[in-house]
Amino acid sequence: MAKVVLQTELANSFTDGVTQLEVEADNVRQLIAALDRQYPGMGERLRTRTAVAIDGEIFQEPYLEAIEANSEVYFLPKIEGG
Amino acid sequence: MGKEEQQLKALDKGKYRYIGTRPVRPDGVDKVTGRANFGADLKLADMIHGSVVRSPHAHARIKSINVDKATALPGVKAVVTGADFPMLSPSDRIPGVAPLSFYDLSRNVIARDKVLYDGHAVAAVAATTVAIAAQAAELIEVDYELLPHVMKALDAMKPDAPLLHEDMFTAGVEPKPTTPSNVSKRVAFTLGDVDTGFAAADVVVEHEFNTETVHQGYIEPHACVATITEDGMASIWCSSQGQFMVRAYTARVCGMEVAKIKVVPSEIGGGFGGKTTIYLEPLAVELARRAGRPVKMVMTRDEVFRATGPTSGGHAHCKIGAKKDGTITAASLQLEYEAGAFDGSPVALGCMTGFAPYDLENVSIVGYDVVVNRPKSAAYRAPGAPVAAFAVESTLDVLARKLGMDPIALRENNAAKEGTQAAYGPKFKRIGFEETLTAAKNHPHWSAPLGPDQGRGIASGFWFNIGGNSSASVMINEDGTVIVATGNPDIGGSRASMALMAAEVLGVDIAKIKPQVADTESVPYSDLTGGSRVTFATGKAVIEAAQDAVRDMKERAAKIWEVDVDQVEWRDGKAVAIETDKHQPLSVADIAGMAGKTGGPISGKANINASGAGPGFGTHICDVEVDKETGRVTVIRYTAIQDVGTAIHPSYVEGQLQGGAVQGIGWAINEEYIYDADGRLENSGFLDYRVPVASDVPMIDTVLVEVPNPGHPYGVRGVGEVPIIPPLAAVANAIADATGLRMTDLPISPPRLLAAIDAAK
Repeated sequence: MAKVVLQTELANSFTDGVTQLEVEADNVRQLIAALDRQYPGMGERLRTRTAVAIDGEIFQEPYLEAIEANSEVYFLPKIEGG
Repeated sequence: MGKEEQQLKALDKGKYRYIGTRPVRPDGVDKVTGRANFGADLKLADMIHGSVVRSPHAHARIKSINVDKATALPGVKAVVTGADFPMLSPSDRIPGVAPLSFYDLSRNVIARDKVLYDGHAVAAVAATTVAIAAQAAELIEVDYELLPHVMKALDAMKPDAPLLHEDMFTAGVEPKPTTPSNVSKRVAFTLGDVDTGFAAADVVVEHEFNTETVHQGYIEPHACVATITEDGMASIWCSSQGQFMVRAYTARVCGMEVAKIKVVPSEIGGGFGGKTTIYLEPLAVELARRAGRPVKMVMTRDEVFRATGPTSGGHAHCKIGAKKDGTITAASLQLEYEAGAFDGSPVALGCMTGFAPYDLENVSIVGYDVVVNRPKSAAYRAPGAPVAAFAVESTLDVLARKLGMDPIALRENNAAKEGTQAAYGPKFKRIGFEETLTAAKNHPHWSAPLGPDQGRGIASGFWFNIGGNSSASVMINEDGTVIVATGNPDIGGSRASMALMAAEVLGVDIAKIKPQVADTESVPYSDLTGGSRVTFATGKAVIEAAQDAVRDMKERAAKIWEVDVDQVEWRDGKAVAIETDKHQPLSVADIAGMAGKTGGPISGKANINASGAGPGFGTHICDVEVDKETGRVTVIRYTAIQDVGTAIHPSYVEGQLQGGAVQGIGWAINEEYIYDADGRLENSGFLDYRVPVASDVPMIDTVLVEVPNPGHPYGVRGVGEVPIIPPLAAVANAIADATGLRMTDLPISPPRLLAAIDAAK
């Protein structure tokens, strides 16, 4: 199961403040779907407003990126730039 | 020490033929001879001119707008107000495009029920001359009901503050608020337990910091020309950081399909993040639609300052605890950023970047995004990071002095490295922060003697760098020359970098490659130019497109020689038949000349969403001299050191470091928006809003540390964001060294510093 870490803002909105979860998924799409099943509404928020860091690599528009059983997945604000 | 010696080459440059060389930039001749066409340079037949009516009030309800007198003025061809644009909903977004609120964007382009800052657009007019358009704008009568305004984040957060948006409820707090607020969201990042960490510290230091709104200060004002045909096909020529961004945003604000808008990018005279959004384009399209003629709109400098996105001012509270040996045990940071009239300050990025250079066990970071009656903030190099770094790097300087430690040694003791968990969560891959500290320590600047009233400061900074969507086409011309077309405006010398990377793959001399910035109907979609993504992401696309062209040329050579394609290799720009000496190698020109006989035109293409961007770190050394009679600060020596991955074109990389450092110096000692008591901007011109000019700063020395990014074929890291992050604190730390005074409010202008010097006497 991948270790999933949520920002406090997301956790406050959907998980009663729990920021670390364990989720079984092979890619980001499956991961978000699993989280949305457990916390309805979270999927839309994750899909539209967050980037994902998988094992240290940030993906701005994640979808099919692979997640390993021991991966660390962080949902982060999307990163803009000048 | 020469540049070659200064570059710490973790990379074997010898393996490259073109990368790392310094050819003349492809757009250079046009720019130095004045031939380059910028946003305001286009003239079309029957073109008329637009002017915008702007609010003189910081906050007011629009009771009515009467355009009758303006419409009746001879020469006036069209007038638009907010009522002429679709009212979007708060949930309006475009899949795959930046997650900004088109509801807010639309109301920023032209106000509807309320004006929210001095300079907010309320109407626009188009007339046959610039003078008539300006006269007509003055004839438009707007009846306002004045509302109380609020200008600073900490004031706007008070319970009795005037509300900008009655439908804004703070996100990210529990329980969910039931009353509206000027705080749009709270963000937080936590590692470990800061209470335990601070309890374990031998020394704890904390300070509060304030910074003002500053503008990107690009020389070229926003400008565009728009036409639209009777069947609704629009064309826009404009200066921006993304032609596809302009197309998407204008389409949504005007209620059009993207296919009905073509955007042709002009040269861009500076952007620095400020041209990652739109202001004039929807107004020009709607005026052109009504007038039936092309409409040109060009902002004045006053409009640029009053109505386009500066970056956020804000407040910061930083606290750091450490052991006597300099090991940091805990760190906390609270940030309140002014978003301007609509939410979306870069406070989250400030939270994520402030402590990122350090390997910390216990961290607490909280940020608040706060709306105030100022223009909506826009991106500015490394959005959010400079203010956070000013607080963190200044506090570290105080800590080093208190511990009696060398400030570089303190940073080395706690430096992030490969495997370090960043304060915002993920673990770093290969990074080069420690190498920048080593380079700083070994640089002659660090040990050079100082004179009277002089001081030296050091500070570091971090930026993520990003990838994203990019496309590229590599077209082999019939004579063997090459066109490289991409969808990203060149704001930092990227055309030269694209050409160099294509040359490296193709083995073709750089002089034979012509890089082009293409319009929205000539190349597939690309994300905008920003976030230091183009040399990395679009460069990756160019490399893949060039490899695609090489594949095609190898197939053509195989056909010419009547051999299997696996019998063909590409060496030094030529197809070579292996395992036989029967065939002479074929150059690109040879193969291109046979294209018609071997299958038609030759090209390569790539459409990618690039990942693998490598973070960037920088460390700057600054020397200042302080005139204690006037409070004037003069930067007398400055060295910018940065891990740049691989410098594709070292001159332009150095230019990025120099430009960012100078902008940061301006932020530190000169630049600020000054408002009167009614919330009207008082210094909307370069005479009163003082950006540094060449005579204000010394030659900025640069050191390019090259720790290749494993996520790019040539090791590229973005370089444009990092160099604006360290200067704010580097300057403040140098001033502290020169005067013994810790300046915590920016800018450290002569009156402010003189007051501190006098108070300390």
